[in-house]
Amino acid sequence: MSEYLVNLKINDMSVSVPEGTTILDAARKLNFKIPTLCHHPDISVAGNCRVCVVEQKGARTLVASCATPVSEGMEIFTNSMKVRDARKNVIELLLSEHNADCTKCFKNGNCELQELASEYRVGDHVFIDLVKTSGVHTIDISSPAIQKDDSKCVRCQRCVRTCHEIQHVSALAVVGKGEHQRISTFLNKPMNEVVCTNCGQCINRCPTGALSERSYLDEVWDAINDETKHVIVQTAPAVRVALAEPLGFDPGNRVTHKMVSALKHIGFDSVLDTDFTADLTIMEEGTELLTRLKKVLVDGDTSVKLPMTTSCSPGWVKFIEHTYPSLLDNVSTCKSPQQMFGALAKTYYAQKKGLKAQDIVSVSIMPCTAKKYEADRPEMRDSGYKDVDYVLTTRELAMMIKQAGIDFESLPDMEYDRIMGDSTGAGVIFGATGGVMEAALRTAYEIVTGREVPFKNLDILPVRGFEGIREATVKIEGCTPEWNFLEGAELKCAIAHGLENAYQLMKAVYEGTAHYHFIEIMACPGGCLGGGGQPIPTNQEIRAKRAQAIYDEDKGLPIRKSHENPEVQQLYKEFLGQPLGHKSHTLLHTHYKGRQRY
Amino acid sequence: MKDKKLKKVDLIFENVECNAYEVLENTLKRDPDEIILDIIDSGLKGRGGAGFPTGLKWKFTKNEDSAVKYVICNADEGEPGTFKDREILSRVPLKIFVGMAICGYAIGAKEGFLYLRGEYNFLLKELNVILNDFNARIKSMGFDFTVSIKSGSGAYICGEESALFESMEGKRGEPRNKPPYPTVSGYNGKPTVINNVETLCHVTMISRLGAKQFKDMGTTDSRGSKVFSVSGDTPIAGIYELELGMTVQEFVDEFGDGDTKSVQVGGASGHCVPRKNFKDTIIGFEGIPTGGSMMLFNSSRSMYNVLHDYLEFFAEESCGQCTPCRVGCQQLLKGVEAVKRKERPPQYLDDLKKLAGTMKLASKCGLGQSVANPFISIVDNFREEMIY
Repeated sequence: MSEYLVNLKINDMSVSVPEGTTILDAARKLNFKIPTLCHHPDISVAGNCRVCVVEQKGARTLVASCATPVSEGMEIFTNSMKVRDARKNVIELLLSEHNADCTKCFKNGNCELQELASEYRVGDHVFIDLVKTSGVHTIDISSPAIQKDDSKCVRCQRCVRTCHEIQHVSALAVVGKGEHQRISTFLNKPMNEVVCTNCGQCINRCPTGALSERSYLDEVWDAINDETKHVIVQTAPAVRVALAEPLGFDPGNRVTHKMVSALKHIGFDSVLDTDFTADLTIMEEGTELLTRLKKVLVDGDTSVKLPMTTSCSPGWVKFIEHTYPSLLDNVSTCKSPQQMFGALAKTYYAQKKGLKAQDIVSVSIMPCTAKKYEADRPEMRDSGYKDVDYVLTTRELAMMIKQAGIDFESLPDMEYDRIMGDSTGAGVIFGATGGVMEAALRTAYEIVTGREVPFKNLDILPVRGFEGIREATVKIEGCTPEWNFLEGAELKCAIAHGLENAYQLMKAVYEGTAHYHFIEIMACPGGCLGGGGQPIPTNQEIRAKRAQAIYDEDKGLPIRKSHENPEVQQLYKEFLGQPLGHKSHTLLHTHYKGRQRY
Repeated sequence: MKDKKLKKVDLIFENVECNAYEVLENTLKRDPDEIILDIIDSGLKGRGGAGFPTGLKWKFTKNEDSAVKYVICNADEGEPGTFKDREILSRVPLKIFVGMAICGYAIGAKEGFLYLRGEYNFLLKELNVILNDFNARIKSMGFDFTVSIKSGSGAYICGEESALFESMEGKRGEPRNKPPYPTVSGYNGKPTVINNVETLCHVTMISRLGAKQFKDMGTTDSRGSKVFSVSGDTPIAGIYELELGMTVQEFVDEFGDGDTKSVQVGGASGHCVPRKNFKDTIIGFEGIPTGGSMMLFNSSRSMYNVLHDYLEFFAEESCGQCTPCRVGCQQLLKGVEAVKRKERPPQYLDDLKKLAGTMKLASKCGLGQSVANPFISIVDNFREEMIY
């Protein structure tokens, strides 16, 4: 932004802002609130809902404050009668094309349109109800992850911009014009047949309930109330730093042990931690990386591909299946922590607890909507059953807690159950972009050299942060004899979060202009902490607070390296044998499927 | 008593005396700033309907510091009741191309595009023949400028200049936020002059005859002549070039069938002038401006049907991007239907008028903003026809 300051008046108050600032931002500087709907800080400006119109002295029409830059001497009125009348009319219009079925809506109480309507005391009967008169709207529930209800859509196009700009997916697009304009997919195909990665970033930015996760709350409640079932639940790392938000706390609160407490209150038979299998993932994926390096560098095996990319993010996995099917051999064969957990729950856990696999209902709480899709993949039945039965988002868990009448704040702290409840700091940081890389380096470096990574307090700061694509190089020195071939080697790593960044990085790999050994990719901005199943709203400030909470959690744990997780060590001793062993291969690894670009 | 103000003119279609190439050759010898001053001095305003001073548009674009600039001829003539550009494109296309080249020379552009309405693709073959010759001739004059044609796909909204750029760039034809205006950031984000077909022909004629002859015609606010598309209840429908500044009464005297009850000036997005206002309404920028469409209705016509048709058109042709236009058009349409069917009381028309007012103030582009013109003028003047 320019250094040059522009002077203007808003509601007769003077303000100076840098050239290029919008009227909306200038007004915010003076603490004048202008309502918005199609505006979202993570994406480009559209200026199409017209809720934010303001009066500019001398102008023929009102102007959209989100889309109009300030100019010298401008005089703006944000609350004149002309503005109020027009704004109210616009909100009435939006309501007339919106299915205001609020009480049944998942977004009830957290809906931007509802908020606007109540602020302006607008009912839905001023104009003719267009949902009823032209309503051939159907709800698309074809996807196991994302539900699309056009009758609630107000055409703000936030989802379209998100899918295109942040995710480079463009599964959603505007089709038709005028009265027929709506948000649709390629050839109006159902959501499960298109290029959608199920990341749910569209849901995070939908101002109404038009896009939401497919909810499995009722199924989970039924399982809990079924006495013949042993219902276990795993909680992903990023859930603990965001769950507090929909329960009335500020972003950045860590509520790990209250969450455990709440899950026990709700009635889960065993409350376990996905961090456990995050640590396990590091063991498998770290070993896979070292094995790949050995095969390429020592054995000269050309069938083994480098760089190896992570595979924890199911949105990313589906993205590369569509976008670069020729690079699928570069993706680690490791299942995600959720699915490793699921496969072990119905084998190892069942065995240890003396339970029959068919009596176990395996539930996971995820910051993610793509996890719902992942759990549904046909590849994810290696236990002989559906490895993970139901996936709930952070938002759904918050709703469950509310439904159960739990006063979250007064809950006592409780510990995870055993077994598969142990976690390390390395498992926790999976929730932030760069976290898998950091956890992997902490372990791999130690396997190869017998020493800790050469970073103060184990904090590998170069891989942290929010820059879209980050690079780091770790020089390996002092190898143990077994890994001598890596002596002096520089391990080149890259990290990308958000699929647009992932696309840019993988494009460079595809074109042969980028030379890395290991790449971490998370589909969502900020990593899982910014996942499509996380509390709404989302923005950079909120994501940064959640990231801080994750690193604080890591710092506070006694064990911070995956290979030191005692339950993981026990698992290898009693059940798996060794990383990449036969049992691991059957239960913990998978394969991918090339898909087409639509 | 002054002379009758309605005067037929023949500048656009007369071809005999205008050797367009000669005009171009002579103009290319002049100083670009002088050319622009001439156009400003002539008082020429855009003939597409909005009426922005052409010379100023050129001056703003020339002043932009950019290696790449464009000239675009807007031939997406889609306003209901307008068909004059089709005639110009068929009969005197060279005048358009020469006008574009003069503009390109004046502002420092090397490329020009003619954005042709999809429905006019039948003209493409002939236009390209003339264009090939034109591009070669212009090179031989030592001026580095090329014109090519891009076809639209039949959306009314793409006649809106920024939606037209989007369409040319291969995107969905939706208007952009303004500012920035095309003179700063138009096609491909570069400074762009976009002029109507007829405007560019006037440029050629002003270059040939001088600014004075043009300026001497019309009124202070509306200089020169204008090509009108006359249709509806008239025995002599067709294309007429008339000096600006006449009243609707004078127009009706010439073209009406003796029973004219209203004239829709400026097409579906224009204003309806009822008989009682014929004498007091000037056709021009001081009165009611028009892109050329003049539709006459006699007493056998239902103004409800007229309005209903217009609203159906807008509900269909709105790009659907902004709320006031997308939903507003549907509400106006369904609203007048509901009043007609007695499902809503006549007073609901006042709510709808208020809504039309909001659309005028809050819509993103000229389409949504102008729906209020026909709506309010027809409902106000023919309210009883809306109700009974």
